Parts: sequence; C-alpha cells; structure tokens
Amino acid sequence: MAYFIQQLINGLTLGSIYGLIAIGYTMVYGIIGMINFAHGDIFMVGSFIALIAIVILGISGATPFLLLVLALLLVLLIAMTLTSVWGWTVERVAYRPLRGSFRLAPLITAIGMSIVLQNLVQVAQGARVKPLQPIVTGGYAIMEQDGFVVQLSNIQIIIIVATFVLMVGFTLLINRTSLGRAQRACEQDAKMAALLGINVDRTISLTFLMGAALAAVAGMMFLLFYGVIDFYIGFQAGVKAFTAAVLGGIGSLPGAMLGGLLIGLIETFWSGYGPIEYKDVAAFSILAITLIFLPSGLLGRPEVEKV
Amino acid sequence: MASSQEPTSDITPEGAEIVEEQRRPAYAAEPPQSSHPQPGSLPNAVRDAAVAAAVALVLAGPIIGLRTESAIGGLSLTQNWPTVAIIVAVVFFGRLLLNLTLWRPGSQALSGVGSIISRAGGKQLAALASSNTLYIGIVALILAFALPFLPFANRYIMDQAIVILTYIMLGWGLNIVVGLAGLLDLGYVAFYAVGAYSFALLAQNFELGFWVCLPMAGILAACWGMVLGFPVLRLRGDYLAIVTLAFGEIIRVVLLNWYEVTNGPDGISGIPRPTLFGIEFTRGEGGFADIFGLEYSPLQRIIYLYYIILILALVTNFVTLRLRRLPIGRAWEALREDEIACRSLGINTTNTKLTAFACGAFFGGLAGSFFATRQGFISPESFTALESFIILAAVVLGGLGSQIGIVVAVIFLNTIFELRGLQEYRMLIVGLSMVLIMVWRPRGLVSTRTPSVALKKRRAISGDLVGEGHG
Repeated sequence: MAYFIQQLINGLTLGSIYGLIAIGYTMVYGIIGMINFAHGDIFMVGSFIALIAIVILGISGATPFLLLVLALLLVLLIAMTLTSVWGWTVERVAYRPLRGSFRLAPLITAIGMSIVLQNLVQVAQGARVKPLQPIVTGGYAIMEQDGFVVQLSNIQIIIIVATFVLMVGFTLLINRTSLGRAQRACEQDAKMAALLGINVDRTISLTFLMGAALAAVAGMMFLLFYGVIDFYIGFQAGVKAFTAAVLGGIGSLPGAMLGGLLIGLIETFWSGYGPIEYKDVAAFSILAITLIFLPSGLLGRPEVEKV
Repeated sequence: MASSQEPTSDITPEGAEIVEEQRRPAYAAEPPQSSHPQPGSLPNAVRDAAVAAAVALVLAGPIIGLRTESAIGGLSLTQNWPTVAIIVAVVFFGRLLLNLTLWRPGSQALSGVGSIISRAGGKQLAALASSNTLYIGIVALILAFALPFLPFANRYIMDQAIVILTYIMLGWGLNIVVGLAGLLDLGYVAFYAVGAYSFALLAQNFELGFWVCLPMAGILAACWGMVLGFPVLRLRGDYLAIVTLAFGEIIRVVLLNWYEVTNGPDGISGIPRPTLFGIEFTRGEGGFADIFGLEYSPLQRIIYLYYIILILALVTNFVTLRLRRLPIGRAWEALREDEIACRSLGINTTNTKLTAFACGAFFGGLAGSFFATRQGFISPESFTALESFIILAAVVLGGLGSQIGIVVAVIFLNTIFELRGLQEYRMLIVGLSMVLIMVWRPRGLVSTRTPSVALKKRRAISGDLVGEGHG
C-alpha cells in the first residue's frame, strides 16, 4: 500500500509535467489543426534556458529561503519569456508561410524545426547531460508501512501546486477574457472570425506564445525534479505529451490535463510494477490504441468529416 | 484540387507554369491584417530588419552565447558572444537585403525567393528532366555501371557510392508510401531494421546464405508492413505520421531489450558476407580472385556489393514505375488525391493502403538486409527515428513522388554529411533544408511530375497540380 501511494505521488508529479506540455499541443491543434511536432523541443529549450538562468544567478541549495523563492520566480519568468519568443519565432518562420499549403507541408516543417532545435542546442550546449545540484530539497514523510517510508518532497508539492494554479489561471484566461474568446472563435471558424474583425494571425501567434510559456514551466519543473537534462529530452517528453493530448481528446484543455495525469500515472505504475525497460512501449502503445479505438479521446468532440 | 477538372494532356510544362502562377496568389496571399512589413522605404526596411535582429539576439543570446559546462562543484558558464554577434548580423543584413529587393511591394512576398530559384535552375531542370528523361536516365545508368572501372574509383568513393545507393533505395521505397499513396510514414526505419535483423538471425541460426535470405527478409518486412498498416488504416494524415513514428520506436525498444533473440544493445556480429554463386571474396584458395586468376584485392568485394545494391535499387525503381501503370498504382495515386472520391468509385481503400505499406516495407526490408550483410554487424543504434527523418528528408527535398528528385536529394545530403568541418552541423542543415524547401519550394527540388495516364501525349506537369494526400 505504501509503495502504491508513493507511485501515485510520483505519477501525479510526472503527469503534471506532461499535462503542461500537452496543453501546447492541444491548443495548436485546436486552432490550426496541425501537430506542432517541435513543441517537445520547445520544452527542451525552456529547460535549458532555466538551467542557464539558474547558473547565472548562482542559485544553489544553500541559498536562504526567501531569496531562493524570489530567485526561482525570476528564473521562471526569464524562462517563460525567452521560451515564448522561441515558440513565436518557430510559428512565424516555419508555419505561417505554409498556411493554405498542402496538408502534409506544415507537418514536414514541424519535423524539420524539431531537428533544427535539437541539433542547435546540441551544437551550442554540447551533447553531454547537464547535471544540476538539487536546489529545492527536503520533504515530508507522510506515512510508513513495513519499513517503507512514503516521501512527498517539496519539489513535488511545488510542481503539483504550480500546475494546478496555472491550469486554473489558464482556464479563466480561455473562458473569461477577450483573448480567450478570440481564440475559441478562431478554433471554431477562422475565416468567419477574420470577417468579424479578429486578427487571426495574432491570435495564432499568441497561442504559440502561451503554449511555449507553459512548456517552459514544464521544462523548469523537469529540471528541478530530475536534476539532469540533455538536448534529447524533448523527443520522448514530446511524444508522451502528445499521447496525453490525444488520450484526453485533442482540442480540449481539461482533456490535455487529464490525459497528462493518466499518462504520468500509467508510466509510473508500469515502471513500478512491470518491466521498466518497456515503459516507453507502454506510452506508445496507448497512443496507438487510443487513436485506433477512441480517436476523439476521453473528453474531445468527435471530428466530422464533410465532403 | 483543380487537376481533376482539366485533362492533363492539355497542360504542357509551360501551361503548368501559367497555372502555377495563377494559383499562387490564392496560396500565398496573406490575410489582409497580416503583420508582414510593407518595406516600401529604406527606414521601414531598416526598422523591420532591426526588429528581426533583436529577436535573433533574444533567441541566440542565452542558448548560444552562454554554454553550460560541467565543472567541479556544479556547472559553470563559458561565453561565446562572437557567434551570437555573427548570427545577429546575418539576420539583420539578410532581412534588410530581402526587404529592399525581393519583398518590395509588387513582388510577391513569399514566392519571391522560390520563383527566383525556379527561374534560376528549377525550370531548366524541370524542362530538361521532362524532355530528356530517357537520355538522362541512360547516361546515369551507364555511369553507374561503369563507376567501379573509372580511374578515380578508390575504396572511399566506392563506399560512398554504396551508402548513396542504399539511401536512394530507401528513399524510393518510402516514396511508394509517402509520394504515391500520400501516407506520411515516420517509422520507415522499422522495416529497414526488420529486414536487417531477419537476415542476421536467419543467417546465424539456420546458416542460410544472403541470396536465400534476401527475399525472405523482404517478405518478412512486408508482413510487418501489413501488421503495422492494419491498425492505422482509419487514421488520417498527421495522426498516421505520429502512430507510425510510435511503431518505429516500439520496434527499436523491443530490439534493444529482447536479449534472448536480438542480443540487445550489443547487436549481432559475424553476419555472413554475400557470395557469388558460392564463391567467397576471400584471399587464398577457392576465393574469387583465385578462381578467376586475378590478383586479390579487398576492393573486389566492395565492387560486388556495389553492383548488388545498384541492381536492388534499379529493381525498386523499375517495380515502382511499372506499378504506377497498374490498377494498384493508379489506386494509390487516386487515394492520395481524394480518399472519399476513391471510396465512392469503388476502390477498396483498405487493400490499397495495405499494399502501399507492404510494398514500401518490402523494399525497406531488402535494403536492411543489404545493410546487414555489408556491415557484418548490426545493433539497434543504427535504426533510430533520426534515420527515418533522414530518409524522409531525402523524399521531401527531392519532391514527394519524384523518383529522380530523390536521387538528387540523396546526393546532396550525402555531400553535406561528408563535408569536413560540418560534421557537427549536419543534422542542423538537414532540418533547416527541410524547413526551407517547404517554405520556398514545397514541391521539392524536382517539381514536375509525370502523370501515368494521359489522353494524347504523356508530358510532365507541375507538382502543384498533384494532390497532397490526406489518406
């Protein structure tokens, strides 16, 4: 039982990170109907920017508490800002010129962009993994059974709480603000939205900005939680987050979060109880099975194809 | 697409260009509220370029300007500002130049560079390719067959030629799936891996030779193509791409972890070399050199391998070209153009998609088998998703559906890969060229296509008249 609860906590942590990335996929798919293949690599770039900011500011585990909180918030702000510029640029350079081109074209540039980002970071930052000393340490032992102590670390609390806050804020943004309204309008019918005076291009750009900012948060959490990043983390995380978006129903924001949590839990329990070397197979199989048997996902609307 | 309304025979290459020009505004025109600059005057152009440079500075500053290095007691930073300065300068002046020349009002913003490229080389290339296909083909064929006997053919050149031909064959195999049937397959390397492992395992466990194993490896890969193709039949375009990518990764992970059969990350070594009717290419008695009374040279085996892959690649090309004229090939292309129309005309889309997957996989398996026998050693490391992307890049750069384009693209990619000093940047260049070709020339380097059905005379048409495929 204790082991189970520990896995549950770990799964929720991982699932939160996947959920934050999955939102980027689901929003972009909702608004322009393409899979932003490079989104996983935007997450990776965000993670690297956070790492660089942490090293510049000289943050370590020994920093006094209040200062540490401020510094981490500053790092988060830097990472979100710079990463969203990356997201914006990718859209501007690689996707916008292709609007109205044949259907496979944006997907092919997205793959190209993913290769570019990965290799750019590899060339600029080196291929070696970057280890970071633990910054947020400590935690609570919440229960003990048969000598197995269930640990809830501070960083896990931060990740789960931050994800929850961001999700609430984000849902409000989409449902209550004029920007959110414009975005939902573009999602339903971009041409009609343009006729009614909505700047469709700007709305799409903002979607990419927001997706990248959330991916940056996920990247920073990933860095703080695992303490090791390299230029290749984006591929695996990207495919899994995409699986999450599909599982939750692509185009649906609560679905992305739900899917993220489910994927995180499935992956953790698979590693905890099953053969750990096949944990990636689990995620990939879920993707295939969902797409084949439940293409509209758990919370998505079924797609109607018109002739 | 408009192609269905016009009889193809009426469209000469020139006609196709006109249609292309007419279609372009609808394509490339940006929405009226676009933020694209109107660089009529110099100040505007400079301002726009400065903005672009500022964005480049923000992007490149942290990631390229500061490099984290592992050091004692944590990470340290090394600074690399000159590179950032160069990048920013290139962006500024490049954008300024474009603003002042191509992007002036009146010249169409997006097609600017593309049309220049097509004016410079594309049109000639296209015209040349369409009018002299036969001659070009024959000359290339003679060259390819004579290559080993040309004076400059040394070990290095022969090795490169073999690599190029392997990728051309893979590209042609993938072209059946992506170019003809319009199904974007990102897991093509899985079939390459299945072919290689089938051959290696069959040869090791049952002591079968290369020529027996070759068709078996191909057939096994084709079966896998069907197995993987079957569940994804209902998926459309981009979903299909992701699922095939996932399948490719699953196969790699299984190869990596199934120690009992595949020997895991250590791979399989000691794979037998191909023989010429039982004659081995070894030194000493009974070897090729001995029997034919030649001086022994390791190059003989390389030349033999070269001819094997050359013939395999030619068979791939020949089969593809013939299949295009059969009902099944026409069904593939019809499927790419419009799946719903296909179904209403009574084409069995399930069978059509499955055969496309199986044919593509078959040639992938043959190429994998050849790879295994050439290397003598295989491990899962050779079959990563990256490999799929390189093959896809070749198909995309060459032009989806264009056989000759793939040859051009593979040679281009191989040149980049072999250039000294670029080793580090080679995948970066591959990625960039994929983006650039899609933005400027979405139909690839060779943008003409030959329709397989024509009323009077068969002529090349513009690639823009070919549907995109959302199968």
